[in-house]
Amino acid sequence: MIYGYNQKLLRVNLSTGRISVENIPDDVVREYIGGRGFVAKYMFDEIPKGADPLGEGNKVFIAVGPLSAAFLPSSGKIEFGAKSPLTGGYGDSNMGGHLSAELKSAGYDMIIIEGIADKPKYLYIDNDRIEIRDASEYWGMGALDTEEVLKNELGEEFQIATIGPAAEKLLKFACVSHDFGRQAGRTGVGTVLGSKRLKAIAIRGNKDIKVFDPEGLLKKSKEMYDTIFSLPGFTEWAPYGTADITTWVNNVGALPTRNFKHGYFKPADNLTGRDIREKILVKDKGCFCCPIPCGKYSKVEKNGNEYYVEGPEYETIALCGSNLMLENIEDVAYVNYLFDNYGIDTMSGGGVVAFALECCEKGIITPEQVEYKELKFGDLDSIEYLIHKIANRHGIGEILAEGTKKAALVLGKGSERFAIQVKGQECSGYDPRNAAATILAYMTCDVGSHHNRAWAITYDVEVGRFEVKGKAEKVIWMQHVRPMLDTLTVCRFPWIELGFSLDDYPTVLNLVTGFNYTWEDLKRLSERVWNITRAFWAREVEDFGREYDWPPARFYEEPTIGGAVDGMHISRDTLEELLDRYYSLRGWDKNGIPTREKLEELGLSYVAESLGL
Amino acid sequence: MILGVVNEKCSGCRTCQALCSLQNLAVWNPKKAALKVIPRFPKPGEYEVGVCNQCGVCAKICPAEAIYRDRDVYLINEEECTGCGLCVEACPNNVMVMLGDMKAPFKCNGCGECISYCPREALYDVCGGDKK
Ligand code: SF4
Ligand code: SF4
Ligand code: SF4
Repeated sequence: MIYGYNQKLLRVNLSTGRISVENIPDDVVREYIGGRGFVAKYMFDEIPKGADPLGEGNKVFIAVGPLSAAFLPSSGKIEFGAKSPLTGGYGDSNMGGHLSAELKSAGYDMIIIEGIADKPKYLYIDNDRIEIRDASEYWGMGALDTEEVLKNELGEEFQIATIGPAAEKLLKFACVSHDFGRQAGRTGVGTVLGSKRLKAIAIRGNKDIKVFDPEGLLKKSKEMYDTIFSLPGFTEWAPYGTADITTWVNNVGALPTRNFKHGYFKPADNLTGRDIREKILVKDKGCFCCPIPCGKYSKVEKNGNEYYVEGPEYETIALCGSNLMLENIEDVAYVNYLFDNYGIDTMSGGGVVAFALECCEKGIITPEQVEYKELKFGDLDSIEYLIHKIANRHGIGEILAEGTKKAALVLGKGSERFAIQVKGQECSGYDPRNAAATILAYMTCDVGSHHNRAWAITYDVEVGRFEVKGKAEKVIWMQHVRPMLDTLTVCRFPWIELGFSLDDYPTVLNLVTGFNYTWEDLKRLSERVWNITRAFWAREVEDFGREYDWPPARFYEEPTIGGAVDGMHISRDTLEELLDRYYSLRGWDKNGIPTREKLEELGLSYVAESLGL
Repeated sequence: MILGVVNEKCSGCRTCQALCSLQNLAVWNPKKAALKVIPRFPKPGEYEVGVCNQCGVCAKICPAEAIYRDRDVYLINEEECTGCGLCVEACPNNVMVMLGDMKAPFKCNGCGECISYCPREALYDVCGGDKK
């Protein structure tokens, strides 16, 4: 038994009803650590080549890490992964809350969900007691509503993950939802659960996790909390959460506005963390062991009803606020609620609605397609109309529920130029067209465009946004560090944004496990995982290569309008140069495919073989 | 040292629980902590923290007289405890635990560490002791 782990994997097959508990071998623990590492490893090994993301062959991998359930700052993340129905490639997404600690305390480091249930089910885990239970009465219910009903039924001690009706209808960017406002939002992991007819997972656990050096760890953990308490960022950020950066992003001209046409939105002055606090806040809400906490639980009134929602977080403010040109925080919070209860990723959701509004403006979506309703940016009714259509796949929603990339293929007429996505996943809330590292990070992110692997916007602004030198190096460096957090399953906020030293990672891991890792070792493990996920793309997508890393034309052909970088955009040549540099530093070929030499150097010969290299 | 709590300040992070189990039982097990954090969501969106106020009900009910008072706090003499669990049931704040393999219950011993590490300053010493 390795300290800090259960070394147990719970495998549930919904087609056969078979439930089994397997050992996670020592070498897998040592080489993949947990969380994202486990997800990538098992996904590559277990999903049959060419599996339909919504078919029998796809699986959902849910993993915690060695630091889950720990008395350590923000140790509450859990990783969900599956072959993505949105992108067709590697997909994962993580969320906070309390599910991670609960799963670990129930005695498992991982769940693998296979097959497809004949009727709606939910998975019940009470330590060693595992049941696949009927969920017919919850089918069709909102993601938040389902959690409430299940909590009432099973008891407060259960931690629950749910999907909403959008996932049931196989909308391609449906999320997994937990703790009334935490979501594993990206890549359509919720959709895959929907295709399996698994409505929820309810977990209760009360087992001990033993650690290698409890005394040393207690001391180190306390030091880490003390460090946080003493940092200026702690007092500055804690009250406002992620929304604290809205103003800064707007001021540097990177706040997505009007489907990423502009990078500045004057009314964003009303979409800040302060607006949340002053106007709608109910509670500061924290994930497991988080000192910050960034969760701002809020309440808005609309049409005489009260809506409770966690957030809006910065990404939601950017993609459902400025990008849709909503001017006040209450409206953004309401849109946030609509998406949350439908179980839709607010980031892709906001991106898709913005894309649709622009298509309407340009006549690419015809008046008949939207029942002759006039749909406009900045108009809450228009936005709500589209959200209901998309979530229910009614009318134009049928096309839009596939995500912007596929919708643009169907709608044509040049709409792909402003379908703001890479690899099929809608972009995060930072306009990258004037920021070389940011755009390279979007292009090369292994789940399609997303900021969490390399959040580079502050770096771009600091060193010069159009500067190319050093950018690929920096993006790769971030791609080593940040995914390691998803592997250990801790939150990036205290661990990076507030600033622990990198040496804290191996120190803590060693105190927990008794291993002897250095940061260099962890970096190498991170690089291995990055190559596995890239190889997964190469294996699963027939013509995968450079073209899939390419961003929409809007970013390199259309200058941004207004704001700090008015009139500017990055050039196509710069993008080519960045990619060349990135591939060569990664040890990949010109088409962005890992070479045999690189894979062998990383001890991944079996991956090279499965790619036929 | 006697624990007090200001529920309004609590963010439900359960740092106190994770700390308590590592500090006192040398394991990670938030369910074994001598505090309970009860969320009330989606409405009204509040947390309630159950703490041991050293009321002594456990000591009164213990048939083995294994629970004794030491200055402000009640402690369990594990040698004398028979593991009957009556105190756990009787605790009005539901903050005594006896789970799985435990031979005797665990209750708050007044170490005060959760006060120092509650990030929201929701916990305090009603006897007026300073945060470390
Ligand atoms: S910073 Fe936010 S997301 Fe991270 S652990 Fe804390 S509350 Fe959760
Ligand atoms: S540590 Fe403090 S804020 Fe966190 S749950 Fe405990 S009492 Fe609440
Ligand atoms: S004072 Fe010590 S024993 Fe009591 S609840 Fe807090 S950490 Fe646990």
